[in-house]
Amino acid sequence: MKYLYYPGCSLKCTGRAYEESLLAVFKALKIDYTEIEDWNCCGATAYMAVDEVNAFSIAARNLALAEKQFEKEEEIQVIAPCAACYMVLIKTMKYLNESPALKEKTVHALKEAGLNFTGRVKVRHPLDVLINDIGIEAIAKAKKHPLKGIKVASYYGCQTVRPYSTFDDQRDPQTMDNLVKALGAEPVDWPLKTRCCGGSLTGTVAEVGLPLSYILLKEAARHGADVVVTACPLCQFNLECYQTDINKKFNEDINLPVMYFSQLMGLAMDIPQKELGMQRLFVKPEKVLKTVKGGEPAYV
Amino acid sequence: MDKTIESKKFAPGSNGGSIRRTIKYENELDKNFAKKIADIAHGEAMYNCIQCGTCSATCPVSHYMDFTPRKIIAMVREGFKDEVLSSSTVWMCASCYSCTVECPKEIKITDVMYALKREAIAGGYYPKHFPTPALATSFFDQVKKNGRSSEGPLLVKVFLKTNPFKMFGNALLGWKLWKTGRMSMKSEKIKDRKGFAKLLNGLDKVKEVAVK
Repeated sequence: MKYLYYPGCSLKCTGRAYEESLLAVFKALKIDYTEIEDWNCCGATAYMAVDEVNAFSIAARNLALAEKQFEKEEEIQVIAPCAACYMVLIKTMKYLNESPALKEKTVHALKEAGLNFTGRVKVRHPLDVLINDIGIEAIAKAKKHPLKGIKVASYYGCQTVRPYSTFDDQRDPQTMDNLVKALGAEPVDWPLKTRCCGGSLTGTVAEVGLPLSYILLKEAARHGADVVVTACPLCQFNLECYQTDINKKFNEDINLPVMYFSQLMGLAMDIPQKELGMQRLFVKPEKVLKTVKGGEPAYV
Repeated sequence: MDKTIESKKFAPGSNGGSIRRTIKYENELDKNFAKKIADIAHGEAMYNCIQCGTCSATCPVSHYMDFTPRKIIAMVREGFKDEVLSSSTVWMCASCYSCTVECPKEIKITDVMYALKREAIAGGYYPKHFPTPALATSFFDQVKKNGRSSEGPLLVKVFLKTNPFKMFGNALLGWKLWKTGRMSMKSEKIKDRKGFAKLLNGLDKVKEVAVK
């Protein structure tokens, strides 16, 4: 199967390591993808706060571009790795299909830009593609360094599973845990896997956002996690990059690596660390790196 | 509308000796407000609210809000427009969708919050120096112009709009991000910006038509 890939803005900037590692894993697993040409921002959470119809229409432009690029396909599979992009694109598909008036307006506006939207797109999360299209057995087979003895807390965050999860449970998701198991590591059973990290509040209103990220880190550590894996660039950013601030504010000494699930996969699959963007992490996952030491030498 | 009735201080002497009414009379409420807010996709479910408070209980930030989500729904339904739109509640909502998933009456509370944010921005109610509305409007302008958002320039703009001194506090983080190749001051742009502008202009033309 051939997929279209929608990176979104974060995966080209603060979340670069997510794109790098995911595409490296795709390549190793022979997943055939093409980036959507000239994609635009999905609108994230902020655009909807200013203008609803505009928000749906700019998101729909990406879906229309996908239809144009794969015009012969009956159903087009679009992979959106960022939690916000994934949710916004699914929400757009859903609302356009449920509200004929909204769809009419959007289609009209897209026509002005020389595009058309018929609704042939299926938005997929990479975890969904990996577990359901590639399969857990194939992933287990692809690993070269089993992550034996590594305890991994899977953190799904909000928008990957809420409110439109199509491939996992909204309250107790399992896909990432199963993936971790397939890599030979031990998934940590912890209660906050879908609790909010603070989203954009952590950077903008620290009084409100920082405690949310702090609770997550503290709870993951309390359950014995050696590393936290995420599937969202904002979750990864909040949990990793604000650890210094969190330690200062709450008088703690947390030093918990937070990486993308695709980075963990790549390490187990013996993909060179540089191709996985490992050099971009602030907190090095020492224990994981020691386990895979048979592979590439550790980065600087 | 008499703004003094919003005051919670009642005791004579605590506010210059004047006695103020602590409730609103029905004719002072905005009867059209609920309809306007419900006029979003599936917003009618708001009328089914049983005030159980599940939304407030599941909300990770309700304890920072001046009115919890449950109260906000009740106030919207009764027409407390000024109080709702000038509240901190809508700007605390991080769009985590917990309330939407847990609501037993299937009210899309996150969508209600979005509708309130839009009304607050359109009506000029939002606090100008509070970062979240500044982030929303700066993000909107940036994407409208370039088709993409660029995290570096966006954050600088939000800090300048709200609290420029905060930027110094974040200098170390900025440097670490830059060093690891995770931050850039370059403005990302799509190629077909003309087509993108046509799309948005095309929307302005048809916007007057009712959404439903």
